[in-house]
Amino acid sequence: MRHGVARFVTGFLALPVGLYLFYVVWPFLQAAGYSLTDWGGYSDRQQFVGLDNYLRLFTDELIRKAFWHNVFFLITVPLFTIALALFLAFLLNVGGREDKAGIRGVFGSGLYKVIFFFPQVLSLVVIAVMWQQIYRADGQGLINGVLMGIGLVDEDDPITFMYDPEPFLGVPAVLWWLLLIAVWSGAGFYMVLFSAAMQSIPKDIYEAAILDGAGRLHTFFRITLPLLRDTVSVAWVYLGFIALDMFALVYIMTPSQGGPNHASEIFASVIHFNAFQKGQFGYACAIAVALAIFTILLAAFQLRITRRERIEY
Amino acid sequence: MSVTPDLDRRTLLRRAAAAGLLVTPAVGLLSACAGSTPSQNDESAGEKSDDNPFGVQDGSALKVVVFNGGLGDAWAKEDQAIFSAKYPDVTVNMSSTQKIKTEEQPKMATTPSDVVMNAGADMMDISTLVNEGAIEPLDDLLAAPAWDSEGTVADTLLPGTVGDGTYQGKFFVVNVAYTVWGNWYNSVLFDKESWTPPKTFDDFFALAPKIKAKGMAPYVYDAVHGYYPRWALMATVWKSAGKQAVVDIDNLEENAWRAEGVLPALEAWEKLVKDKLLLPGKLDHTQSQQAWLDGKAAFIQVGTWLKNEMAATIPPGFEMKISDYWGLGATDKAPDDVYAGAGEGIVVPAKAPNKAAAKEFLRAVLSKAGSTKFAELTKSLASTKGSGDNVQDAALASANELMKNASSDLISIKLWNFYADLDKESQNLSAELMAGRLTAAQFVDKMQAAADKVANDSSITKQTRDA
Repeated sequence: MRHGVARFVTGFLALPVGLYLFYVVWPFLQAAGYSLTDWGGYSDRQQFVGLDNYLRLFTDELIRKAFWHNVFFLITVPLFTIALALFLAFLLNVGGREDKAGIRGVFGSGLYKVIFFFPQVLSLVVIAVMWQQIYRADGQGLINGVLMGIGLVDEDDPITFMYDPEPFLGVPAVLWWLLLIAVWSGAGFYMVLFSAAMQSIPKDIYEAAILDGAGRLHTFFRITLPLLRDTVSVAWVYLGFIALDMFALVYIMTPSQGGPNHASEIFASVIHFNAFQKGQFGYACAIAVALAIFTILLAAFQLRITRRERIEY
Repeated sequence: MSVTPDLDRRTLLRRAAAAGLLVTPAVGLLSACAGSTPSQNDESAGEKSDDNPFGVQDGSALKVVVFNGGLGDAWAKEDQAIFSAKYPDVTVNMSSTQKIKTEEQPKMATTPSDVVMNAGADMMDISTLVNEGAIEPLDDLLAAPAWDSEGTVADTLLPGTVGDGTYQGKFFVVNVAYTVWGNWYNSVLFDKESWTPPKTFDDFFALAPKIKAKGMAPYVYDAVHGYYPRWALMATVWKSAGKQAVVDIDNLEENAWRAEGVLPALEAWEKLVKDKLLLPGKLDHTQSQQAWLDGKAAFIQVGTWLKNEMAATIPPGFEMKISDYWGLGATDKAPDDVYAGAGEGIVVPAKAPNKAAAKEFLRAVLSKAGSTKFAELTKSLASTKGSGDNVQDAALASANELMKNASSDLISIKLWNFYADLDKESQNLSAELMAGRLTAAQFVDKMQAAADKVANDSSITKQTRDA
């Protein structure tokens, strides 16, 4: 009987696993192979160069710059997205008044849920193009236009958004503006994720806490957050991957794809430059493989430190 | 049957991560690296004759990819009609796109299109294509008889066209559009205000207050694509420091950027920025061109594709004319050299399945009939002689006029076609200089450092120009 089940399951899994191996795992292995060559990307000529490409990684100034920019996103994207998503989810589910029906969200929370989730429906490219108009660096831009209209911004000195490399808190301004888009577009999805998790927390726990005189702040930090720990941790890992990517926004929105003057350079933009502009596919594959290893280590580390007993209720 | 125990989200995620299956940012790019074993294509040439110099075979197919940018793609359809009239049995499959590299690069190592117009922001790096042996030398096309006039194809081309398409001693790129670059102005407005287009920066700095008094910015530029202001910066460098200085820069000679005349040329631009003569804001090419058309700025610098690119939004009573880039005045070594040359290059991939028809198609593109249609439709000159002779257009006429008064040397800069690193660096630094974050002296220092770095990098194939 057990044997029959195994065969049954294998039969169903063979095709998807086969497709997966061919279209995902095989290209990974190929890329690792190419990273040991000096392939240029336009021909079938290539020479084996051993680990030269990997050694070059450590002396490449641009990679170092890109690394720190990715680290910036790695810290800020999950932090701000999760904080905002938690706040919204809390308000929408348990932030409102309590009445006979028990604890509920703020008034109109159903509508807000749709609005906040909306960016998730749009493709990232659409979001980037839309924000280009919002960030447009003259009087016709949405933000500049409004601020000029009420006199907060001088017409001869508009906010330059994507063209501003001046550091704010030690990080180029352009990265902060990109961060704003990433958080705006990501928060809705995690709000829904956290909402679902919050709804599975029994209401009587809240009611008991409120009877004991706990305020909103207390219920959030003492009850909601600890019980959401698992979900938050998973969200953190997902957002970490998004932070290590960021390619679409940088590619579409910043001048010379990582500018101005390398101020928004990230791993993916350096890979793109080396592979598709400079014609050094071998080296680009080496960067990509290094990035993949870094990502996997990071995920493993993150799951390791947040591991603990599950709470049953 | 039992449900798999304990397979919660966390476990699943961990297992997935361990197997390396998670969608990491590198995935898309990693997969893009994956090539496949190339197949040897056989030469598909048939019988050759003077009328059919490459031996195009009836019944074969030809795939042509056109860049649909500032020049549009209507001209290419005319060339297709000319070609098909002679070879009705060859199937021509023409498509147009703006994403040349995105769509064509992945096919280059296996089965590429036969004719690829490699132009625009998303173009394939030429020096890489040459170094990788990915494109076909077209010297036999130059030697072939012209389609519908006397002599060879080479005889019909405008000066500079062969040189602009030559890399490492071989002719690889057929640049179809003959572009003249310079400063554009609205001649109706200038006549009304009796302003004369400046010849030097000093003239411009004298005129600028009068322009400002009319509530206009004297100058607007594309702040998004660094290669727009770079044309203007390098044109001034050429005029001020002379041709040899730029040839040395392109050849990565030691201290080439510190040659006499280079720094003063860039200082003129630094002054233009410092004196706040630019339209505020950071606009891209079409936005800045539209701002200029809307009368927000007096001058914009760009090539002769401008009129076609903006055709839909030119306001009535606006007459665009081109004038030469500004020099510095008496100290200039090459004040009358005009920035002109053949651009918008077409290449034939080395692995193209139907190279014979591809070359024959290019011969049709360079025909008298084809290039006359090109000038008519695009309001730009074709890179063949006499294409614009019968076109009635003020913008084109002003470009013709500029070329007539030009000296025999044309401004041409190879640096950014030779080296991708210096292309990126010079774009970035040009944008920084125009944004006022870099002085002319810093620009020179940084460019020299970047050039030295490339010169000392053994992984980069070096290229040189003689003239």
